[in-house]
Amino acid sequence: MCLAIPGKVKKIFNDHTAEIEIGGIVKNASLDLIPQVAVGDYVLLHAGFAIQVIDQKKALEIFRAWEGKVN
Amino acid sequence: MKYVDEYRNKEIAQKILRQIKSISKKKINLMEVCGTHTVNIFRNGIRKMLPSNINLISGPGCPVCVTPISYIDEIIALSRGENFIITTFGDMIRVPGSTSTLEKEKTDGADIRIVYSTLDALKIALDNSSKEIIFMGVGFETTSPTIASAVLKAQKEKIENLSVLSVAKIMPPAMKALLEGKEVNIDGFICPGHVSAIIGSKPYNFIAAQHKVPCVICGFEPLDILQSIYMLVKQIEDGRAEVEIQYERAVKPEGNKIALDKIDEVFKVVDSNWRGIGNIPLSGLEIKDEFGKFNARKFIVETEETKEPKGCRCGEVLRGVITPPECSLFRKGCSPENPQGACMVSTEGTCAAYYKYN
Ligand code: SF4
Repeated sequence: MCLAIPGKVKKIFNDHTAEIEIGGIVKNASLDLIPQVAVGDYVLLHAGFAIQVIDQKKALEIFRAWEGKVN
Repeated sequence: MKYVDEYRNKEIAQKILRQIKSISKKKINLMEVCGTHTVNIFRNGIRKMLPSNINLISGPGCPVCVTPISYIDEIIALSRGENFIITTFGDMIRVPGSTSTLEKEKTDGADIRIVYSTLDALKIALDNSSKEIIFMGVGFETTSPTIASAVLKAQKEKIENLSVLSVAKIMPPAMKALLEGKEVNIDGFICPGHVSAIIGSKPYNFIAAQHKVPCVICGFEPLDILQSIYMLVKQIEDGRAEVEIQYERAVKPEGNKIALDKIDEVFKVVDSNWRGIGNIPLSGLEIKDEFGKFNARKFIVETEETKEPKGCRCGEVLRGVITPPECSLFRKGCSPENPQGACMVSTEGTCAAYYKYN
Protein backbone atom coordinates (compact mmCIF):
# COMPACT_ATOMS: atom_id res chain seq x y z
CA MET A 1 0.00 0.00 0.00
CA CYS A 2 3.01 2.27 0.33
CA LEU A 3 3.63 1.95 -3.38
CA ALA A 4 4.96 5.16 -4.95
CA ILE A 5 5.92 5.49 -8.58
CA PRO A 6 8.44 7.85 -10.20
CA GLY A 7 7.03 10.27 -12.75
CA LYS A 8 8.11 13.41 -14.55
CA VAL A 9 6.53 16.77 -13.77
CA LYS A 10 5.09 18.14 -17.02
CA LYS A 11 2.99 21.12 -15.96
CA ILE A 12 2.43 22.93 -12.71
CA PHE A 13 -0.84 24.73 -12.00
CA ASN A 14 -1.63 27.61 -9.65
CA ASP A 15 -3.65 25.44 -7.28
CA HIS A 16 -0.60 23.34 -6.20
CA THR A 17 -1.37 20.51 -8.55
CA ALA A 18 0.66 19.19 -11.43
CA GLU A 19 0.51 16.96 -14.46
CA ILE A 20 2.87 14.06 -13.98
CA GLU A 21 3.85 11.61 -16.68
CA ILE A 22 4.39 7.99 -15.77
CA GLY A 23 5.32 5.68 -18.60
CA GLY A 24 3.45 7.75 -21.19
CA ILE A 25 0.33 8.21 -19.04
CA VAL A 26 -0.37 11.65 -17.61
CA LYS A 27 -1.81 11.89 -14.12
CA ASN A 28 -2.90 14.81 -12.00
CA ALA A 29 -1.33 15.04 -8.59
CA SER A 30 -1.29 17.34 -5.62
CA LEU A 31 1.95 19.15 -4.79
CA ASP A 32 0.78 19.93 -1.24
CA LEU A 33 3.52 17.76 0.28
CA ILE A 34 6.40 18.99 -1.88
CA PRO A 35 5.63 22.50 -3.08
CA GLN A 36 9.15 23.24 -4.38
CA VAL A 37 9.19 21.22 -7.56
CA ALA A 38 9.95 22.38 -11.07
CA VAL A 39 8.84 21.20 -14.48
CA GLY A 40 11.21 18.42 -15.54
CA ASP A 41 11.76 17.12 -12.00
CA TYR A 42 11.02 13.51 -11.24
CA VAL A 43 8.81 12.94 -8.23
CA LEU A 44 7.43 9.93 -6.39
CA LEU A 45 3.68 9.70 -6.74
CA HIS A 46 1.64 8.05 -3.99
CA ALA A 47 -2.17 8.03 -3.84
CA GLY A 48 -2.55 11.22 -5.84
CA PHE A 49 0.19 13.14 -4.05
CA ALA A 50 3.79 13.81 -4.98
CA ILE A 51 5.61 12.82 -1.79
CA GLN A 52 9.28 13.40 -2.62
CA VAL A 53 11.51 14.76 -5.40
CA ILE A 54 13.99 12.28 -6.84
CA ASP A 55 17.57 13.39 -6.33
CA GLN A 56 18.99 12.82 -9.78
CA LYS A 57 22.63 12.85 -8.64
CA LYS A 58 22.14 10.37 -5.84
CA ALA A 59 20.18 8.18 -8.23
CA LEU A 60 23.35 7.49 -10.20
CA GLU A 61 25.52 6.47 -7.29
CA ILE A 62 24.58 2.83 -7.34
CA PHE A 63 25.86 2.58 -10.93
CA ARG A 64 29.04 4.42 -10.10
CA ALA A 65 29.63 2.04 -7.21
CA TRP A 66 29.12 -1.18 -9.17
CA GLU A 67 29.68 -0.53 -12.84
CA GLY A 68 33.44 -0.23 -12.61
CA LYS A 69 33.78 -3.15 -10.26
CA VAL A 70 35.11 -6.32 -11.84
CA ASN A 71 34.87 -9.45 -9.82
CA MET B 1 16.84 7.95 -16.62
CA LYS B 2 13.28 6.96 -15.80
CA TYR B 3 14.30 5.68 -12.36
CA VAL B 4 12.76 2.26 -12.87
CA ASP B 5 14.24 -0.05 -15.52
CA GLU B 6 17.80 1.09 -14.88
CA TYR B 7 17.55 -0.53 -11.47
CA ARG B 8 16.74 -3.91 -12.99
CA ASN B 9 20.12 -4.36 -14.70
CA LYS B 10 21.00 -8.07 -14.57
CA GLU B 11 24.73 -7.63 -14.90
CA ILE B 12 24.97 -5.33 -11.90
CA ALA B 13 22.64 -7.61 -9.97
CA GLN B 14 25.09 -10.47 -10.55
CA LYS B 15 27.99 -8.35 -9.36
CA ILE B 16 26.18 -7.44 -6.14
CA LEU B 17 25.20 -11.06 -5.58
CA ARG B 18 28.80 -12.22 -6.03
CA GLN B 19 29.92 -9.64 -3.48
CA ILE B 20 27.23 -10.73 -1.04
CA LYS B 21 28.35 -14.34 -1.45
CA SER B 22 31.97 -13.50 -0.96
CA ILE B 23 31.56 -11.52 2.28
CA SER B 24 28.63 -13.31 3.93
CA LYS B 25 29.74 -15.85 6.52
CA LYS B 26 27.22 -15.76 9.36
CA LYS B 27 23.79 -17.36 9.34
CA ILE B 28 21.40 -14.43 9.49
CA ASN B 29 17.74 -13.42 9.41
CA LEU B 30 16.87 -10.16 7.68
CA MET B 31 13.35 -8.82 8.04
CA GLU B 32 11.64 -6.67 5.45
CA VAL B 33 8.89 -4.70 7.15
CA CYS B 34 7.25 -3.32 4.03
CA GLY B 35 4.66 -5.26 2.04
CA THR B 36 5.82 -3.68 -1.21
CA HIS B 37 9.29 -5.09 -0.50
CA THR B 38 7.78 -8.52 0.21
CA VAL B 39 6.08 -8.56 -3.18
CA ASN B 40 9.13 -7.29 -5.07
CA ILE B 41 11.43 -9.78 -3.33
CA PHE B 42 9.15 -12.61 -4.45
CA ARG B 43 8.47 -11.24 -7.92
CA ASN B 44 12.19 -11.00 -8.64
CA GLY B 45 13.03 -14.34 -7.07
CA ILE B 46 15.50 -12.69 -4.68
CA ARG B 47 15.12 -15.26 -1.91
CA LYS B 48 16.31 -17.99 -4.25
CA MET B 49 19.31 -15.98 -5.46
CA LEU B 50 20.76 -15.48 -1.99
CA PRO B 51 23.21 -17.86 -0.35
CA SER B 52 21.45 -20.27 2.01
CA ASN B 53 22.86 -18.64 5.16
CA ILE B 54 20.79 -15.50 4.46
CA ASN B 55 17.15 -15.91 5.37
CA LEU B 56 14.58 -13.23 4.52
CA ILE B 57 11.56 -12.91 6.81
CA SER B 58 8.47 -10.83 6.07
CA GLY B 59 7.18 -8.57 8.81
CA PRO B 60 4.05 -6.56 9.60
CA GLY B 61 4.39 -4.15 6.70
CA CYS B 62 1.03 -4.37 5.04
CA PRO B 63 -1.42 -1.81 6.46
CA VAL B 64 -4.39 -3.86 5.30
CA CYS B 65 -3.09 -6.93 7.15
CA VAL B 66 -2.41 -5.24 10.48
CA THR B 67 -5.80 -3.52 10.63
CA PRO B 68 -7.80 -5.17 13.42
CA ILE B 69 -11.05 -6.95 12.60
CA SER B 70 -12.89 -4.69 15.05
CA TYR B 71 -12.10 -1.76 12.75
CA ILE B 72 -13.58 -3.53 9.74
CA ASP B 73 -16.66 -4.28 11.85
CA GLU B 74 -16.88 -0.60 12.82
CA ILE B 75 -16.79 0.60 9.22
CA ILE B 76 -19.27 -2.09 8.16
CA ALA B 77 -21.66 -0.92 10.90
CA LEU B 78 -21.29 2.64 9.65
CA SER B 79 -21.88 1.60 6.06
CA ARG B 80 -25.26 0.20 7.09
CA GLY B 81 -26.39 3.65 8.26
CA GLU B 82 -28.81 5.54 6.02
CA ASN B 83 -26.84 8.63 5.24
CA PHE B 84 -23.29 7.42 4.79
CA ILE B 85 -20.95 7.02 1.86
CA ILE B 86 -17.84 5.01 2.72
CA THR B 87 -14.73 5.85 0.70
CA THR B 88 -11.72 3.57 0.77
CA PHE B 89 -8.59 2.48 -0.99
CA GLY B 90 -9.37 -0.63 -3.00
CA ASP B 91 -7.30 -3.01 -0.88
CA MET B 92 -9.70 -2.87 2.06
CA ILE B 93 -12.89 -3.87 0.35
CA ARG B 94 -12.47 -7.66 0.50
CA VAL B 95 -10.97 -7.91 3.98
CA PRO B 96 -13.18 -10.16 6.09
CA GLY B 97 -14.72 -8.60 9.19
CA SER B 98 -16.29 -10.82 11.85
CA THR B 99 -19.24 -11.78 9.67
CA SER B 100 -19.13 -9.65 6.51
CA THR B 101 -16.95 -7.64 4.14
CA LEU B 102 -17.42 -4.21 2.62
CA GLU B 103 -17.77 -5.92 -0.72
CA LYS B 104 -20.76 -7.89 0.57
CA GLU B 105 -22.28 -4.80 2.11
CA LYS B 106 -21.92 -3.03 -1.22
CA THR B 107 -23.78 -5.81 -3.01
CA ASP B 108 -26.47 -5.47 -0.34
CA GLY B 109 -26.87 -1.80 -1.18
CA ALA B 110 -24.42 0.12 0.99
CA ASP B 111 -22.79 3.11 -0.73
CA ILE B 112 -19.12 2.15 -0.71
CA ARG B 113 -16.75 3.76 -3.18
CA ILE B 114 -13.17 2.93 -4.01
CA VAL B 115 -10.98 5.99 -4.34
CA TYR B 116 -7.43 6.39 -5.54
CA SER B 117 -6.68 9.42 -3.38
CA THR B 118 -8.02 11.22 -0.30
CA LEU B 119 -8.74 14.11 -2.64
CA ASP B 120 -11.26 11.94 -4.49
CA ALA B 121 -13.06 11.45 -1.18
CA LEU B 122 -13.07 15.22 -0.75
CA LYS B 123 -14.64 15.61 -4.17
CA ILE B 124 -17.32 13.03 -3.35
CA ALA B 125 -18.07 15.06 -0.21
CA LEU B 126 -18.45 18.23 -2.29
CA ASP B 127 -20.75 16.52 -4.76
CA ASN B 128 -22.94 14.92 -2.08
CA SER B 129 -23.55 17.66 0.46
CA SER B 130 -26.54 15.94 2.08
CA LYS B 131 -24.51 12.81 2.88
CA GLU B 132 -21.78 12.04 5.39
CA ILE B 133 -18.62 10.85 3.64
CA ILE B 134 -16.33 8.65 5.67
CA PHE B 135 -12.80 7.91 4.55
CA MET B 136 -11.13 4.75 5.83
CA GLY B 137 -7.87 6.10 7.18
CA VAL B 138 -5.71 3.01 6.77
CA GLY B 139 -1.99 3.30 6.10
CA PHE B 140 1.50 3.99 7.34
CA GLU B 141 3.48 7.23 7.32
CA THR B 142 3.56 7.25 3.51
CA THR B 143 -0.20 7.67 3.41
CA SER B 144 -1.00 9.61 6.59
CA PRO B 145 0.22 12.98 5.25
CA THR B 146 -2.20 12.59 2.32
CA ILE B 147 -5.01 12.07 4.85
CA ALA B 148 -3.83 15.08 6.86
CA SER B 149 -3.68 17.17 3.73
CA ALA B 150 -7.28 16.30 2.82
CA VAL B 151 -8.49 17.16 6.34
CA LEU B 152 -6.71 20.52 6.20
CA LYS B 153 -8.22 21.18 2.81
CA ALA B 154 -11.69 20.24 4.04
CA GLN B 155 -11.28 22.66 6.92
CA LYS B 156 -10.05 25.45 4.70
CA GLU B 157 -12.81 24.98 2.17
CA LYS B 158 -15.44 24.41 4.87
CA ILE B 159 -16.37 20.97 3.64
CA GLU B 160 -17.96 19.60 6.80
CA ASN B 161 -19.43 16.33 5.61
CA LEU B 162 -16.11 14.49 5.30
CA SER B 163 -14.63 12.60 8.21
CA VAL B 164 -11.87 10.05 8.70
CA LEU B 165 -12.01 6.81 10.66
CA SER B 166 -8.33 6.61 11.39
CA VAL B 167 -6.30 3.48 12.07
CA ALA B 168 -3.18 5.05 10.58
CA LYS B 169 -0.04 3.47 12.00
CA ILE B 170 3.57 4.35 12.72
CA MET B 171 6.16 1.79 11.71
CA PRO B 172 9.21 2.09 14.05
CA PRO B 173 7.29 1.23 17.27
CA ALA B 174 6.15 -2.02 15.63
CA MET B 175 9.76 -2.90 14.84
CA LYS B 176 10.58 -2.25 18.48
CA ALA B 177 7.71 -4.50 19.60
CA LEU B 178 9.01 -7.33 17.39
CA LEU B 179 12.52 -6.99 18.80
CA GLU B 180 11.23 -6.93 22.36
CA GLY B 181 8.87 -9.86 21.71
CA LYS B 182 11.96 -11.98 20.95
CA GLU B 183 9.95 -14.59 19.04
CA VAL B 184 12.20 -14.28 16.03
CA ASN B 185 15.83 -13.47 15.85
CA ILE B 186 16.25 -10.41 13.63
CA ASP B 187 19.82 -9.62 12.58
CA GLY B 188 18.98 -6.71 10.32
CA PHE B 189 16.05 -4.67 9.06
CA ILE B 190 15.33 -3.86 5.44
CA CYS B 191 13.54 -0.58 6.25
CA PRO B 192 10.57 0.72 4.26
CA GLY B 193 11.62 3.18 1.55
CA HIS B 194 8.48 5.21 1.13
CA VAL B 195 7.63 5.42 4.82
CA SER B 196 11.18 6.73 5.18
CA ALA B 197 10.74 9.23 2.32
CA ILE B 198 8.39 10.92 4.81
CA ILE B 199 9.95 10.18 8.23
CA GLY B 200 13.63 10.13 7.23
CA SER B 201 16.24 7.93 8.91
CA LYS B 202 16.29 9.27 12.48
CA PRO B 203 13.26 7.38 13.82
CA TYR B 204 15.22 4.12 13.34
CA ASN B 205 18.28 5.27 15.26
CA PHE B 206 17.17 3.62 18.52
CA ILE B 207 17.06 0.24 16.77
CA ALA B 208 20.73 0.46 15.85
CA ALA B 209 21.83 2.21 19.06
CA GLN B 210 19.86 0.32 21.71
CA HIS B 211 19.10 -2.99 20.06
CA LYS B 212 22.33 -3.20 18.04
CA VAL B 213 20.39 -4.23 14.96
CA PRO B 214 21.54 -2.77 11.61
CA CYS B 215 18.96 -0.93 9.50
CA VAL B 216 19.15 -0.10 5.79
CA ILE B 217 16.47 2.05 4.17
CA CYS B 218 15.80 0.34 0.89
CA GLY B 219 14.36 1.22 -2.52
CA PHE B 220 12.02 -1.08 -4.42
CA GLU B 221 13.76 -2.25 -7.56
CA PRO B 222 15.90 -5.43 -7.65
CA LEU B 223 19.23 -3.56 -7.53
CA ASP B 224 18.01 -1.52 -4.57
CA ILE B 225 17.01 -4.62 -2.66
CA LEU B 226 20.23 -6.49 -3.46
CA GLN B 227 22.39 -3.53 -2.57
CA SER B 228 20.52 -3.09 0.72
CA ILE B 229 21.07 -6.75 1.56
CA TYR B 230 24.75 -6.29 0.71
CA MET B 231 24.92 -3.24 3.02
CA LEU B 232 23.24 -5.17 5.85
CA VAL B 233 25.52 -8.17 5.42
CA LYS B 234 28.53 -5.86 5.42
CA GLN B 235 27.40 -4.19 8.65
CA ILE B 236 26.77 -7.55 10.29
CA GLU B 237 30.10 -9.04 9.18
CA ASP B 238 31.94 -5.87 10.28
CA GLY B 239 30.20 -5.99 13.64
CA ARG B 240 28.53 -2.59 13.13
CA ALA B 241 24.92 -1.54 13.76
CA GLU B 242 23.98 1.67 11.99
CA VAL B 243 21.12 3.21 10.09
CA GLU B 244 22.12 3.56 6.45
CA ILE B 245 20.16 4.87 3.51
CA GLN B 246 20.43 2.86 0.31
CA TYR B 247 17.43 4.62 -1.26
CA GLU B 248 19.21 7.97 -1.28
CA ARG B 249 17.48 9.21 -4.41
CA ALA B 250 14.21 9.43 -2.45
CA VAL B 251 15.10 9.48 1.23
CA LYS B 252 16.77 12.32 3.07
CA PRO B 253 17.88 11.84 6.67
CA GLU B 254 15.36 14.48 7.76
CA GLY B 255 12.51 13.08 5.64
CA ASN B 256 9.83 15.36 4.25
CA LYS B 257 9.40 18.20 6.73
CA ILE B 258 6.23 19.59 5.16
CA ALA B 259 4.52 16.21 5.23
CA LEU B 260 5.61 15.62 8.82
CA ASP B 261 4.25 19.03 9.86
CA LYS B 262 0.90 18.20 8.30
CA ILE B 263 0.77 14.90 10.20
CA ASP B 264 1.60 16.78 13.43
CA GLU B 265 -1.03 19.39 12.78
CA VAL B 266 -3.91 16.99 12.22
CA PHE B 267 -3.03 13.86 14.19
CA LYS B 268 -2.05 12.95 17.72
CA VAL B 269 0.05 9.89 18.49
CA VAL B 270 -1.91 7.21 20.33
CA ASP B 271 -1.54 3.57 21.35
CA SER B 272 -2.76 1.34 18.59
CA ASN B 273 -3.90 -2.21 18.16
CA TRP B 274 -2.05 -4.17 15.45
CA ARG B 275 -3.64 -7.31 14.25
CA GLY B 276 -1.48 -10.24 15.22
CA ILE B 277 0.75 -8.18 17.47
CA GLY B 278 -1.70 -6.51 19.84
CA ASN B 279 -1.55 -3.11 21.42
CA ILE B 280 1.66 -1.20 20.68
CA PRO B 281 2.29 1.99 22.67
CA LEU B 282 2.39 5.19 20.60
CA SER B 283 2.13 3.41 17.28
CA GLY B 284 -1.02 4.95 15.86
CA LEU B 285 -2.45 8.26 14.69
CA GLU B 286 -5.83 9.63 15.73
CA ILE B 287 -7.42 12.89 14.55
CA LYS B 288 -6.73 15.65 17.09
CA ASP B 289 -9.60 17.05 19.16
CA GLU B 290 -9.33 20.41 17.37
CA PHE B 291 -10.30 18.60 14.20
CA GLY B 292 -13.02 16.59 15.98
CA LYS B 293 -15.64 17.27 13.34
CA PHE B 294 -13.45 15.45 10.83
CA ASN B 295 -13.17 12.42 13.09
CA ALA B 296 -15.67 9.73 12.10
CA ARG B 297 -15.59 8.39 15.67
CA LYS B 298 -18.14 11.15 16.41
CA PHE B 299 -20.67 8.74 14.92
CA ILE B 300 -21.24 6.16 17.59
CA VAL B 301 -22.07 2.74 16.22
CA GLU B 302 -22.64 -0.56 17.87
CA THR B 303 -20.54 -3.34 16.43
CA GLU B 304 -20.89 -7.07 16.66
CA GLU B 305 -18.60 -9.17 18.80
CA THR B 306 -15.25 -9.61 17.09
CA LYS B 307 -14.62 -13.06 15.66
CA GLU B 308 -11.24 -14.09 14.28
CA PRO B 309 -11.40 -16.52 11.36
CA LYS B 310 -10.96 -20.06 12.70
CA GLY B 311 -7.56 -21.56 12.08
CA CYS B 312 -6.10 -18.44 10.43
CA ARG B 313 -2.55 -17.78 11.65
CA CYS B 314 -2.14 -14.31 10.16
CA GLY B 315 -0.88 -13.04 13.51
CA GLU B 316 2.12 -15.34 13.52
CA VAL B 317 2.74 -14.64 9.84
CA LEU B 318 2.79 -10.90 10.56
CA ARG B 319 5.28 -11.34 13.39
CA GLY B 320 7.52 -13.44 11.16
CA VAL B 321 7.14 -16.44 13.46
CA ILE B 322 5.78 -18.79 10.81
CA THR B 323 5.74 -18.77 7.01
CA PRO B 324 2.32 -19.09 5.32
CA PRO B 325 2.80 -22.75 4.22
CA GLU B 326 2.95 -23.64 7.91
CA CYS B 327 -0.69 -22.57 8.24
CA SER B 328 -2.91 -25.61 7.70
CA LEU B 329 -5.40 -23.54 5.68
CA PHE B 330 -2.81 -22.28 3.19
CA ARG B 331 -3.94 -23.46 -0.26
CA LYS B 332 -6.48 -25.66 1.56
CA GLY B 333 -9.47 -23.45 2.12
CA CYS B 334 -7.52 -20.21 1.96
CA SER B 335 -6.59 -18.68 -1.39
CA PRO B 336 -6.76 -15.20 -2.94
CA GLU B 337 -10.18 -16.14 -4.40
CA ASN B 338 -11.44 -17.30 -1.04
CA PRO B 339 -9.29 -15.58 1.59
CA GLN B 340 -9.69 -16.44 5.26
CA GLY B 341 -7.40 -13.77 6.61
CA ALA B 342 -6.20 -10.32 5.59
CA CYS B 343 -2.70 -11.63 4.76
CA MET B 344 -4.27 -13.48 1.83
CA VAL B 345 -6.60 -10.65 0.71
CA SER B 346 -4.09 -7.91 0.26
CA THR B 347 -1.87 -8.17 -2.79
CA GLU B 348 0.94 -7.13 -0.46
CA GLY B 349 0.06 -9.69 2.18
CA THR B 350 2.69 -12.32 2.90
CA CYS B 351 0.25 -15.21 2.36
CA ALA B 352 -0.81 -13.80 -1.02
CA ALA B 353 2.84 -13.34 -2.04
CA TYR B 354 3.68 -16.94 -1.09
CA TYR B 355 0.59 -18.17 -2.90
CA LYS B 356 1.41 -16.36 -6.10
CA TYR B 357 5.18 -16.73 -6.31
CA ASN B 358 6.35 -19.66 -4.21
S1 SF4 C 1 -2.94 -18.85 4.72
FE1 SF4 C 1 -4.95 -17.84 5.01
S2 SF4 C 1 -5.72 -18.72 6.90
FE2 SF4 C 1 -3.51 -19.14 6.87
S3 SF4 C 1 -2.56 -17.40 7.92
FE3 SF4 C 1 -2.60 -16.88 5.75
S4 SF4 C 1 -4.51 -15.70 5.51
FE4 SF4 C 1 -4.69 -16.81 7.47
